[in-house]
Amino acid sequence: MIDSALLVGFAAASVRVGTPLALAAVGESIAERSGMINLGIEGAMLAGAFGAAVGAAHGGVASGVGAAVVAGLLVATVFAAVAVAARADQIISGTAVTLGATGLTGLLAQRAFTGGNLSLPILPVVHVPVIEHIPLVGPVFFRQTVLTYACYVLIPLASALLWRTRFGLELRACGEAPAAATAAGVHVGRTRALAVLMGGACAGLAGAALVLAQVGMFTERMTAGRGFIAIAIVALGRWNPWGTAAAALLFGGATALQYTFQAAGSHVPYQLFLALPYLLALAALGMAVGRHRGPAALGQSH
Amino acid sequence: MSGTALAPDRTRSLLQATVPLGLGLLVLAGFLVLAGFPVMPAVNALWRGAFGSWYAFSSAALVHATPLIILGLAFTLGSKAGAINVGMEGQFAAGAIAATWVGLHLGALPAMVAIPIVLAAGLLGGAVWITAPVILRIKFGITEVISTLLLNFVGYAAVSYAVTGPLQESGRTYPQSDAIAASARLPQLSHGSRLHLGFVLALVTAALLSVLLRRTTWGFRLRAVGAGPRAAALTGRIPLTKVAGVALLWSGALAGLGGAVEVSGVSYALFQNLSPGYGFTAIAVALLGRERPMLVLVAGVLFGALEAGAGAMQRDAGIPAVAVQVVEAVVIITALLTARRSA
Amino acid sequence: MTLRLSRISKHFGTTVALDGVSFSAIPGEVHALLGENGAGKSTLMDIAYGMIRPEAGMIEVQQRGGVALATPAFASPREARAAGIGMVHQHFTSIPAFTVSENIALTAGWTETGRAAERRAAHIVARLGLPLAISAHVESLSAQMRQRLEIVKALATDASILLLDEPTAVLAPREVHELLEFLRGFAAAGGIAVLITHKLDEVFRVADRVTVLRRGVVTLTGVLAEQTPHSLAHAMIGADLARPIPLKAQPGVVAVEASRLSLTRGGQLAVVNASFQVRSGEIVGVAAIEGNGQRELLRAIAGVDDVVTVAGTLEVAGPVAFIPEDRSSEALIPSFSLAENLLLGTLDQSSWWLDWNAIRRDTQALLASHDIRAGGPESQAATLSGGNQQKLVFARALARQPRVIVAENPVRGLDIQAADMIQERIRAAARNGAAVIMHSSDVDEVLALADRVLVLRRGEVQDLPSDPTREQIGDALLAMAAAR
Repeated sequence: MIDSALLVGFAAASVRVGTPLALAAVGESIAERSGMINLGIEGAMLAGAFGAAVGAAHGGVASGVGAAVVAGLLVATVFAAVAVAARADQIISGTAVTLGATGLTGLLAQRAFTGGNLSLPILPVVHVPVIEHIPLVGPVFFRQTVLTYACYVLIPLASALLWRTRFGLELRACGEAPAAATAAGVHVGRTRALAVLMGGACAGLAGAALVLAQVGMFTERMTAGRGFIAIAIVALGRWNPWGTAAAALLFGGATALQYTFQAAGSHVPYQLFLALPYLLALAALGMAVGRHRGPAALGQSH
Repeated sequence: MSGTALAPDRTRSLLQATVPLGLGLLVLAGFLVLAGFPVMPAVNALWRGAFGSWYAFSSAALVHATPLIILGLAFTLGSKAGAINVGMEGQFAAGAIAATWVGLHLGALPAMVAIPIVLAAGLLGGAVWITAPVILRIKFGITEVISTLLLNFVGYAAVSYAVTGPLQESGRTYPQSDAIAASARLPQLSHGSRLHLGFVLALVTAALLSVLLRRTTWGFRLRAVGAGPRAAALTGRIPLTKVAGVALLWSGALAGLGGAVEVSGVSYALFQNLSPGYGFTAIAVALLGRERPMLVLVAGVLFGALEAGAGAMQRDAGIPAVAVQVVEAVVIITALLTARRSA
Repeated sequence: MTLRLSRISKHFGTTVALDGVSFSAIPGEVHALLGENGAGKSTLMDIAYGMIRPEAGMIEVQQRGGVALATPAFASPREARAAGIGMVHQHFTSIPAFTVSENIALTAGWTETGRAAERRAAHIVARLGLPLAISAHVESLSAQMRQRLEIVKALATDASILLLDEPTAVLAPREVHELLEFLRGFAAAGGIAVLITHKLDEVFRVADRVTVLRRGVVTLTGVLAEQTPHSLAHAMIGADLARPIPLKAQPGVVAVEASRLSLTRGGQLAVVNASFQVRSGEIVGVAAIEGNGQRELLRAIAGVDDVVTVAGTLEVAGPVAFIPEDRSSEALIPSFSLAENLLLGTLDQSSWWLDWNAIRRDTQALLASHDIRAGGPESQAATLSGGNQQKLVFARALARQPRVIVAENPVRGLDIQAADMIQERIRAAARNGAAVIMHSSDVDEVLALADRVLVLRRGEVQDLPSDPTREQIGDALLAMAAAR
C-alpha cells in the first residue's frame, strides 16, 4: 500500500520537477501561437541553466534568476534573427541554435567552474502562510520555491495576454493567417519576434528552476531534451497556457515516478523511467493531434 | 539539378561549403578569446588532430568522417522527400545495439557472412526505431520532427539499459558490452591505420544514393514529393505519404547502419555515449553538402577532421570537445541563409 | 467625399499592369469597374487600399467637410482605412479559427477583446443591417455569411468608400440580389461603392457609372444609362463578342460515362446523382458558379485528389490528361527543370532507369513544336511566363495522346494571345479524337469553347433544352427558374 505521506511526497515532487517544463512550455505556447515553432528553446533553457549557475555563484540566487532570463533572451534573439528576420526554416534553425548553445555552454562551463564544483546557493522552499495547511493541496502546491510561484502567475498572465489583449489578438492572427494579419495592418515579423523572445525568457527561467530549485549545479547538456519535451507538452496542452501547465504536471509526475520507485526499492530498470517521459510525450502527440490541429500557420515563414 | 553537374558549378559549391566552415571556426576562435582560453595552442591542437599527419588524417579524421557521411546521407534521403529526420541519434543507437547483439554471436561464421549480417542488423535496428514516427506521420499526419527527436532520448536510455543489463560484459563491472566476434569486425584498410572498410562503405553509399536520386524513377519521385508535393500528387500521381514514409524509413535504416559501422569498425563493443552527437552534426554535414550526396561526402570529411581536431583540442589544450558544436551551429545557419539568397 | 486616382502606373516585372490610369467616384454612386481577367482592375483597387505601391500617380480623397488628402500612395491598408476606405477582397481574408468579433476587431484595430469586442461588433452589425452570429467561429459560417463578414469588416471603421473585388463569385443568385440591394442602400446613404466584376448583368442591375479597363488602360468611362451590353463588351474585349460559331463536332464513341454519380469530398456531398456522357471528338463545357461541385466532378474524372464516389458509377477511358487550375503548384514544380517537369507528367510511361538525354531531346522537341519560349530543357520552370508555363502543361498533356482531357480554368490569368492559342489547342485535340471536358469560372469562356454545356448547380446537373440559348444557360446557372 502507498501511504498518504508517500503520495504527497510524490505529488510535490511532480510539481517541483514539472516547474521547468511548465515554464518553458508556457513560453513556447506563446511563440507557437504566433506561428513560430522554436526547437531552440532546448538551447535557451540550457543557456538559462548556465546563466543561473554563474549568476548565483557570483551574486546570489536573485542574480542567478536574472542572468538566466538574459541568457534565454540572447539565445532566442539568435533564433528570431535567423527564423523571423531572415525567414529561414524554423526546424533547422532551431536545431542549430540548440547545437550552438550546447557547445557554447560546454565551453564556458569549463572556464566558469574549474577548480572543483563550487556549491551554489539554492532557492529556498517558501511556505505560503495559511494555505500551506490546506490538506493535500497545501503541501503539494504551496511548499515550493519562488520559481514555481512565478509559474502560477505566468500561466494566467500568458492566457490573458493571448485572449484579453489587442497584442494577443494580433499575435494569434500571425499564427493563423500571416497574410490576413498583414492585411489588417499587423507587423507580422515584429510580433513573431516578440513572441519568440517571450518564449526565450521563459525558457531561461526554466533553466534557472532546473539549476536553482532541482539539481543544484550546472553540467554539460544538463537539460537532456527537456526543451523538446516542452514542445510536445504545448501540443498536448492544445497551445493554451492552462492546458500546457496541466500537461507539464503530468510529465513532472512521470519523471518523479523514478524517485518514488527507487525509494520504494523497486527492481524495474531505472532506464525505463528515464525513457518514460519521452515515450509519454510521443503517445501524447498521437492523442493530441486528432482533436486540435494547432495554429494553422505554425512553422511557416512569412 | 537533373543532368550532368558542370565543372564551374562544382567549384562554386565547394566555395559555398568552405565559407560557412571558415566563418564557424572564426566564431569559435572569438569565443575562445572571450572565455580566456589560449587560442594558438587550441588552433594548433585542432590542426594537428585533423591534418597534422597522414596517420591523424586517416586514423582520426576519416574514421570520424565515416559515421558523419552515412548519417548525412540518411538526413539527405529524408529531406529530399520533404521529411526531416532529427532522430538519427536514436536510430544510430538502435543500430549499434542490434549490431552488437548479433555480433556477439557470430564467432562461428566467416567474415564474408558475419559482416553483412551485422550491417543488416544495423539497418534493421534503425528502421525499427523510426517505425513509430513513420506510422504517426502516415496515419495521423503528425510531424516527424518532434517524434524522431523524442526517440533520441529513448535511444540513449536503451543503450544505457543494454550495457548495464542484457548486453553487459561477462565481468559485470563496467557499463559496456563484451567485444563482438573478430569475424564480425570491419577489416582495417591498411596495416597500422585505424581507417576501416566502413569508410569505403560510406563512399559507395554516397555514390549509390547519388545515382538513385538522379538516374532512377524511384529517386525522381522522391525528389518530386519533396520539391512540389501538390504537383507530385496531381500531375505525377505519386502517393505522397507512401513515398515520404518509405524515404523516412530508409533514412532511419541508414542512420542505424551508421551505428553498426561504428560498432564493427571502431569500438567493437557497445558503450554509453558511443555517438558524440553525430546525429546532430550530420544535419550540418547534409546542409553544408547542399543535400547532394557527393558534396555531403566532402562535407563529411571536413567535419570528420573537425571532430578529430576537437578531440585533440580537449586532450592537448583542455578545451571541451563539445565546443565544436558552435562551429556546427554557425555552419548550419550560414548554409541556411546563403541557400535562401541563391534560391 | 470623393475618391480620385490620377495617372496611376504599375509594372510587375516586364508586364504592364496599369499604364497611366485615372479613375474617380463620387458620393451616392455605385461605380462598376469592368474588365477581363488581367486587365488591371484588382491592381488598381489594391493600390487604392494601400496593398500595392504604384510607381507613378496620385491618390486623392476629398472628405465630406472639404478636407482633401492627396498622397502618391498609401503605405498600408491601415492608412487607407484611416482615409475612410474599406475593401472586400476577392478571396475571404477572415481567419477561420477566429470568431466573427475577433476578425472584426483585428481589422478595425480595436483594443477591446472578448465580451467588450462582441458588444461593439453586435452594435455595428445592427447599424449596418447585416445580421451575423457574432461569437461564432468563422469556419462554421456559410459562404454568404463569410462574405457578409468581409463587408462588415470593411465598414467597421466607418468607411464611406467601399471597394469590392468580385464579391459575387461565391454567392448564390438570391444572395447576389441581397448584396446588390445592400450596395444600392449604401450609395443612397451617401457612400461610394466601387464594384469590380466581369458580369454584365450585375452591372446593369446595380451601377450608376462604369469604367472599363483593358490591358492596363481605361477604354471607357461614363454614365451607365448611355451604354449597352454591346458597347461594354466591346470596350472590355476590343472586338465584338460574336465569335465564329465553331463547327459542331461529329461525336464518336463514349469516353466518359457517369451514371447517377454522387461524389463527396472531405465528407461533404459535392455532386449529386449526375448522369452524362462525353464522347470522343467533342468538347463539353461545365458551367457553374464557384463551389457548386464542378471541381470535384472534374477531379473525379481525372482520378486525382481525394474525391470519393458514394453512389453511381463513373467510367473513363484512358489515358486521361488533367490540366489543373493552379499551374505553379499543381501542374509544375517551379524549382525543377523543364525536362524534369516533362518527366513528372509522363512518369507512368518511364522505366525505372532514366535516360536524361532522351528526356532532354523530347523536351527540346516539345518546346519547338509548341512555340514555348524558354532557355532550354535545363531552365527552371519558375523562369517561364504564365502563358509559356500553360503551353508547356498542354504540350505535356497532349504528348500522352490522351483519350480524355480534363481542364480546369485553362486560360485563367493568360493574356489574350496566349489564351487564344490554348483554346485553339483544345479544339485541335478534340478534332483529333480526344474527349474534352472543361470548366471555366467565366461563362463566356465556356460558351466560346464548348460544343455542349453542362450546368451544375449545388452539385446537380441542371435540365436544359437541347441546343439551349445563352439566356437559358444563364437561367439554369443563376437559378432563375422561378422567374421563368
